Amino acid sequence: MNHFLVAACLAALPMTALAEVTVTDPWARASILASRPGAAYLTLESDRDDRLLSATAPVADLVMIHASETDANGVTRMIHLDALDVPAAQGVQFGPGGMHLMLIGLTDKLEEGGQFPLTLTFEHAGDTTVEVPILGVASTGPEADR
Amino acid sequence: MPTASNPDALRRIRRLLWAAAAGAAVALSGITLWRALTPSDLPAPRVTGEAAIVNAYTLTEHTGRTVTPETYAGRWQLVFFGFTYCPDICPTTLAYMASVMDLLGPDADRVAPIFVTVDPARDTAPVMADYVAAFHPRLIGITGTEAQTAEAAANFRVWYERAEDAAAPDGYFMAHSGHIYLMRPDGRFEDVFREGDQPPEALADTISTLIDNES
Repeated sequence: MNHFLVAACLAALPMTALAEVTVTDPWARASILASRPGAAYLTLESDRDDRLLSATAPVADLVMIHASETDANGVTRMIHLDALDVPAAQGVQFGPGGMHLMLIGLTDKLEEGGQFPLTLTFEHAGDTTVEVPILGVASTGPEADR
Repeated sequence: MPTASNPDALRRIRRLLWAAAAGAAVALSGITLWRALTPSDLPAPRVTGEAAIVNAYTLTEHTGRTVTPETYAGRWQLVFFGFTYCPDICPTTLAYMASVMDLLGPDADRVAPIFVTVDPARDTAPVMADYVAAFHPRLIGITGTEAQTAEAAANFRVWYERAEDAAAPDGYFMAHSGHIYLMRPDGRFEDVFREGDQPPEALADTISTLIDNES
């Protein structure tokens, strides 16, 4: 019995100690004017319930987590989230017209073809840094461009 | 100046000050209440058809000239209201309109794609010129005074508001309705679309069919 408990604990250990979030398909839209905010998108998957607490990028003074909400009358509002739940089961998909990371105070215009590092901080998984490719102004995502 | 030797005057001033404070408190709570209630109390912007949407405005084009809908008469007009500080919906919709223009081929000559800003304080004509050029050479950017913008939006039944957000550039975002209006060459309302409801090919087809059926 004791052995079983130890084995169970050992089996559970990697999950608690190494909560992992997978970031796929990150991309940003080329910005039009350096003075205007940019937007970045990605897909988050986690092997346990986690929360995205913040995001930072050297190209921007501030990265805000935004949900876009469109009501029945077609009015769209951006909802500024302090943190974003990443449920283990479904993950979170960012995309044009929906969830996005808003990059405020860009040091430079985001030029198509470039890329920049983006660090995401999760409650359990800690920090993850991904390279974000900059796609064209008209792009709807890396899949569409493939 | 009343002095301590005149208690009556002091009492009167004290009463006056209390009254003013009470008045201010009532006004403040009134404003707060009004703010809290207004969004839901506003008549809902609803697209009920031709009668509701009026293609009427006097604004300034990105080129600097004054424009009205008559400026674009003879062409079908795709009209979208947004703002250049909008990181997501506006670039997405404008890129969509640009795709539609490209897909229209020669029919694009018969279409004027128009982007009207609801944030004219920051989106001046030169800003609009830089901004629209990034999307499509034919895209027209339009700005104006606050009053002209409000009038244009009201005529199109477009709803927008300033949303305060301390972290936002200059402390605010604009919330706005994301419709693309299709107006006829004579200026009357034809239809309304949303980016995301149909691929650009479908909207280009719809417009091409309308153009074909004209003659």
